[in-house]
Amino acid sequence: MAEKVLEIRDLHVTFDTPSGPLEAVRGVDLDVSAGELLGVVGESGSGKSVSFLATMGLLPARARVTGSVLLAGEQLIGASAKQMRSVRGRLLSMIFQDPLSALNPVHRIGDQISEMLRSHQNLSARDADKRAVELLDIVGIPQPGDRARQYPHEFSGGMRQRVVIAIAIANNPKVLIADEPTTALDVTVQAQILEVIERVQERFGTAVVLITHDLGVIARVADRVNVMYAGRNVEQGTIESLFDHPSHPYTRGLLASLPRPGKQRLKPITGFPPNMLNPPSGCAFHTRCEYAADICKGEMPPLVGFGDLQTACVRAKELPKSESFV
Amino acid sequence: MSSELLKVTNLVKNFELRVNNGARRKKRIVQAVTNVSFSVDKGQTLGLVGESGSGKTTVGRCILRLIEPTSGSVEFEGHDLSSLKFEEMRALRRKMQIVFQDPFASLDPKMTVGASITEPMVVQGVPGDHSDKVIELLELVGLSADHAQRFPHEFSGGQRQRIGVARALALNPALIVLDEPVSALDVSIQAGVVNLFEDLQSRLGMSYIFIAHDLSVVQHIADRVAVMYLGKIVEIGDQESVYARPTHPYTKALLSAVPLPDPKIERARHRIMLEGDVPSPVNPPSGCRFRTRCWKAQDVCAQEEPMLTVRPSGQMSACHFPES
Repeated sequence: MAEKVLEIRDLHVTFDTPSGPLEAVRGVDLDVSAGELLGVVGESGSGKSVSFLATMGLLPARARVTGSVLLAGEQLIGASAKQMRSVRGRLLSMIFQDPLSALNPVHRIGDQISEMLRSHQNLSARDADKRAVELLDIVGIPQPGDRARQYPHEFSGGMRQRVVIAIAIANNPKVLIADEPTTALDVTVQAQILEVIERVQERFGTAVVLITHDLGVIARVADRVNVMYAGRNVEQGTIESLFDHPSHPYTRGLLASLPRPGKQRLKPITGFPPNMLNPPSGCAFHTRCEYAADICKGEMPPLVGFGDLQTACVRAKELPKSESFV
Repeated sequence: MSSELLKVTNLVKNFELRVNNGARRKKRIVQAVTNVSFSVDKGQTLGLVGESGSGKTTVGRCILRLIEPTSGSVEFEGHDLSSLKFEEMRALRRKMQIVFQDPFASLDPKMTVGASITEPMVVQGVPGDHSDKVIELLELVGLSADHAQRFPHEFSGGQRQRIGVARALALNPALIVLDEPVSALDVSIQAGVVNLFEDLQSRLGMSYIFIAHDLSVVQHIADRVAVMYLGKIVEIGDQESVYARPTHPYTKALLSAVPLPDPKIERARHRIMLEGDVPSPVNPPSGCRFRTRCWKAQDVCAQEEPMLTVRPSGQMSACHFPES
């Protein structure tokens, strides 16, 4: 078992809203091992992005964050702003869905990469510029020397995302968090970006957390996967076991709802995602679960080892075996 | 035997773009849709797929004349729509409706759901009190009668999309253009809306033009599929043939790029990685527009534009060196 680079324990994030406190993340436990590609799936409002924004220390001040996030042994919850500035970009980087808003429109691409390098390493301007061109080459930008002198508006969406990746990996971080990095891109460009992310992971041994709603993307690149629902981690395990015998009813429902070749009728999950201002008691999925019983309304089920998966369902052992999705 | 409901011939839509280039002002033409032809039979679903900028949404809007085509003809039930006057077009539009992608933007937040659904009937001068019809429509799309008095903000994305569908159905259309109707919805909700489209079609027999970038959903719902690239149809045919035996290199690359939710298939798959990005529609490549990204391109592809040609597996594709 590879060493754990990121350990999240009992993470809670609460926002104060005009309609009362909204607990977006409700006790998430999650580990990222060195060099692995961890997929995090969930629908909008499941808390997948908020969990990692909290990890990065990027949430607004009105968010209340509790719990523990250890990055290579260093506690990030409650860390000072100075400490977080030193961690971000050096040990931990994050890329987002929209690469254009992540780049500064009035600075050249090369300068933006150099800035990242020089803010964490003692490099001369010349060396940083040279390294910036190398990084552009690594992420697959043709003519990196010329492109480094251009501005973000001169790049296409896919090329901008490559630039953002180059900035994120400039200091060889331990963990790269990618939040829906291909959602705004076309499928042929998405394939290119996923390849870049895999290449970076292999070449530098960077652990990658890929947050997405697309189970196809997960199936393509992830080693392990965490499924989130209503601010909780409801199931986790290796990609093979999760697709072969998903155990949590939500994971089953999600996999069963996807269109697959052949004309069989789709099976939606009934109901709709919970209102997080007033989430259902106990297992939040019980309102939509075909296997729900009274016991499900009681306590929030913890993740329990179930075969080679960890599943947060009190009835997991009693449920009929799931169909396989491989 | 089905019969033709809609026939689109040589549809062209150019947009004028004013570019402020320092002191000089230039006009440029964006060739959004170039010589697109296809037909849709009664009760059939045509899937229109392509990446952003391929012109699929523009085609959908030109059919309803929500934007005026530059040239070409759109025939609906034998009427050439371009020759119709505004009033005549409005009358015919009751038979052609559209459902938009964003269920949050397509409903008026200050109108009750019932009023939104009634509006098309009022605009079209359908006589009588519509409250029974509203209830019937709400129930048809899986909502309930008491939802009519509520406002859009009280509904989830999936429910709002159902309201949009109920509004589109109010005038019993023969054709509904569905423009990315499930793209904004969560995965677990998508399946229910796709099922709704299928149920409505089998009950009411209308035709759909299903515009989407999600190829898996289109494979599920469409009878025929047209693949667009940079304003042109590069391949069109039965869903089974196009997905099982794509003959245009772009179709092949596009299908191979779609991630499938199955790790075994995903990891064993041979993927065609296209280089670069889609060129600008302001200045599209000569000859075949896909040639700048195509691994098979030769000199002839730059000189001669390939025509849509029938292939052995039944579909048509526009390529000098088709896949077999």
